[in-house]
Amino acid sequence: MIRFERVTVTYPDAARPVLRDVDLYVAAGELCVLVGLTGAGKSTVLGAINGLVPHFTGGRLAGRVTVAGHDTRDHPPRELAGLVGVVAQDPLRGFVTDTVEAELAYGMEQLGIAPATMRKRVEETLDLLGIAELRERSIRTLSGGQQQRVAIGAVLTAHPQVLVLDEPTSALDPAAAEDVLAALTRLVHDLGMTVVVAEHRLERVIEYADRLVTIGHDGYVQSGLPADLIRAADVAPPVVRLGQLAGWNPLPLSVRDARRLAPNLHARLVDAPAPRRGRPPGAPAVSASGVVVRYGKVAAVRGVDLVLRAGEVVAIMGRNGSGKSTLLWALHGSGRRDGGRVVLADGADPSRLDPRDRTRRVALLPQSPTDLLFLASVGEECALADRAASASAGTCRRLLDELTPDIADGTHPRDLSEGQRLGLALAVQLTPAPAVLLLDEPTRGLDETAKRRLTAVLAELAAGGRVIAVATHDVEFVAGLADRVIVMALGEVVADGPTADVVLASPVYAPQVAKVLQPDPWLTVAEVATAIGPPA
Amino acid sequence: MPRALHPVAWWVWALGLAVAASRTTNPLILLLFVTVAGCVVAARRTDAPWARGFRVYLALGLVIIAIRVGFRVLLDGQHGRHVLFTLPELDLPDAVAGIRIGGPVSLEGLLAALYDGIRIATLLLCVGAANVLADPKRLLKSLPAALYELGVAVTIALTTAPQIIESGQRIHRARRLRLAPEGRRPRRPVRGVLVPVLEDALDRSLALAAAMDSRGYGRVASVPRRALRTGRALLIGGVCAVLVGTYGVLDGTAPAPLGAPALVAGCVLGAAGMRLAGRRVPRTVYRPAPWRAAETAVAACGLAAAVLVVVAEHVDADVLFPTVQPPRWPTVSAIVAMAALIGLLPAWLAPPVDALEATPA
Repeated sequence: MIRFERVTVTYPDAARPVLRDVDLYVAAGELCVLVGLTGAGKSTVLGAINGLVPHFTGGRLAGRVTVAGHDTRDHPPRELAGLVGVVAQDPLRGFVTDTVEAELAYGMEQLGIAPATMRKRVEETLDLLGIAELRERSIRTLSGGQQQRVAIGAVLTAHPQVLVLDEPTSALDPAAAEDVLAALTRLVHDLGMTVVVAEHRLERVIEYADRLVTIGHDGYVQSGLPADLIRAADVAPPVVRLGQLAGWNPLPLSVRDARRLAPNLHARLVDAPAPRRGRPPGAPAVSASGVVVRYGKVAAVRGVDLVLRAGEVVAIMGRNGSGKSTLLWALHGSGRRDGGRVVLADGADPSRLDPRDRTRRVALLPQSPTDLLFLASVGEECALADRAASASAGTCRRLLDELTPDIADGTHPRDLSEGQRLGLALAVQLTPAPAVLLLDEPTRGLDETAKRRLTAVLAELAAGGRVIAVATHDVEFVAGLADRVIVMALGEVVADGPTADVVLASPVYAPQVAKVLQPDPWLTVAEVATAIGPPA
Repeated sequence: MPRALHPVAWWVWALGLAVAASRTTNPLILLLFVTVAGCVVAARRTDAPWARGFRVYLALGLVIIAIRVGFRVLLDGQHGRHVLFTLPELDLPDAVAGIRIGGPVSLEGLLAALYDGIRIATLLLCVGAANVLADPKRLLKSLPAALYELGVAVTIALTTAPQIIESGQRIHRARRLRLAPEGRRPRRPVRGVLVPVLEDALDRSLALAAAMDSRGYGRVASVPRRALRTGRALLIGGVCAVLVGTYGVLDGTAPAPLGAPALVAGCVLGAAGMRLAGRRVPRTVYRPAPWRAAETAVAACGLAAAVLVVVAEHVDADVLFPTVQPPRWPTVSAIVAMAALIGLLPAWLAPPVDALEATPA
């Protein structure tokens, strides 16, 4: 269905090609998963399928890409619209109209499909994706998972043979991600659609994949069966890592496979000492009681009591819209707070502090860290951060090198990868050495390497006595980092306790290793590795 | 069957009423037309956001009347014998001779201003009624294919404007999270907020352009060159003819063929040109608004009201323009009453509003 023949892509002004000599064949009806570190060229492969690369992005494409026999050299994206459906990373940015129904019809209108057919397909698609009750709704009022499903529906109505998705679940909470993936597998299994999807969080998709394509940093691509390729891949889900550790063959790709292999591992873990978790908590650094935040008639946070202690990492989880971000902003003191008390270690209320004073003591990294950056180069950003914090020159730069090494001073912040940008914003916020660090969804768009580095840096900061609160959807990240987990729903705290207690009690928030080894209380591959030693 | 009427039908009806209203200063007739528009709106409006604004138009109409009368009293209230009261007069230098502020205010002047104000307010209310009754989005969809790009631009502007405002607010909030150097102005709006907002907007529009391209926007059907060229010539000719025709209609001394005939010919030419130019765009419309008997009937009611009042102008002009010198009680003639009654018919002729359409989220 999709064929790449010796494809090499070079962007203008790039020193080296982003893809080299790619030969790839995706058969009709396959679910193909693309993996690779950020910046490795996943989006380039996806864009080449419908001709956005190079027709829209510029650059040079050598070789040949054909989709169902159509060469993308002769067919610009709009000509392929009836053949290839593309769902971009941030669906909200790709919506042309404002209501669900109009959006579903938009693509068909462009293709000149007869009104009666359009009507029929819109109804079918609404049912197929389970969004029939949203038909009249304004798209902007929908939740992330609903928006993603509308975006998929909007390309499905054109009846494409190939569906291309760029990280469809990266911004979604675990339950919404399940909904989207369920919809996708239904398309593959029931309709036999060819699907190509790029995804960082492999644990969510790899079990459904028929073909895995890994893209290395040098631009070379490998393609094959998931079980074969995942062994050598840079990124792998915890269940695969656990399989490698336990020496299982064939490697399990899903929790179900692994669970059937688990009995022998249970036996080896019986005598192992229980994993040591939780840093010794210090004195309260932030104490909040009865925090209420209202937006109009809606209460986003309803009477939250919370104590964050020095040296502790607290994860705040919960659905999109459950009040996680609002709570972080209220704790920081620059956000709204309509009731309750928040005090720092010395009894000061951060919302009453002078803004400069507050920023020195409590740092907040917002959901899109780029919003903090506004200068033309990394060097200027660092210099400004040093000057603002009256820190010695080079403080921010040193922090940045710890977080993400090898960034040239002259680089424009917009040209950095997600992980590097997050690193820069975090370094800027850490320069005044605040005692409290609040992070809002820091792992969005991060690949496994960047996430591992972030985990290490945050753990080190906590060991140094900082208090860290992270709002996140990323179950595996939480399992590897947090001492305590708070689950929020409808603005209230519904669970608060040590990480193991909270995540093991919930099927939604349990990490893969816990699901495999339940009822034993193991959360991460690292814990199991410490218990049984390195793989034989 | 309950359904939404074609928006163009509502506009034709409302503009017909407006033309009728513009041909008279008789307050009774004007109030009759306002009542007609109000009744139809009350009977056939939906609960959509744009449909809740008729009261605002009413309030705006009252403000217009108040301003019109107020200025007349203040600046130029002296014509006529029945002086009601006298305001203190301002002494102005000779350079502005001819302008008077204050002085005596007569009943005649007041009435003339009141009538005029009511007329402008009625025109506004007619347009307001169309706005309230016709779904603006469906109106955009009914644009001819040749003007499709214009409709797309408006739609995108309407969807992205709130997003850009949102990103501005977000960035402004985020900027307060960052420590500012001491001694400087704490906020640098241009560099700190405007540049990121513009960058964000640019990113957004690139993403949108890529999405639209992948979904088939901008497909062009192959149309013979000749047809395109003919279409363009027809359009330009049509616009010229409409210009000449409008001039002819407005200027009573122009030769007769330059008036209405030129206007009609221009419209026909333009429509043909649009049709030819629209053949390049191979797109279709989802759930197109149908034009059925009810639409024709509603549009015809508006046109009939306009024609009747124009006829009345020739039959009994005294009724349409009641004299204020001396002031006399205005009257209503049978033909004008008939125009108003016909204007009222859409309250029954238009299909009732769909419960589904009446409550969009």
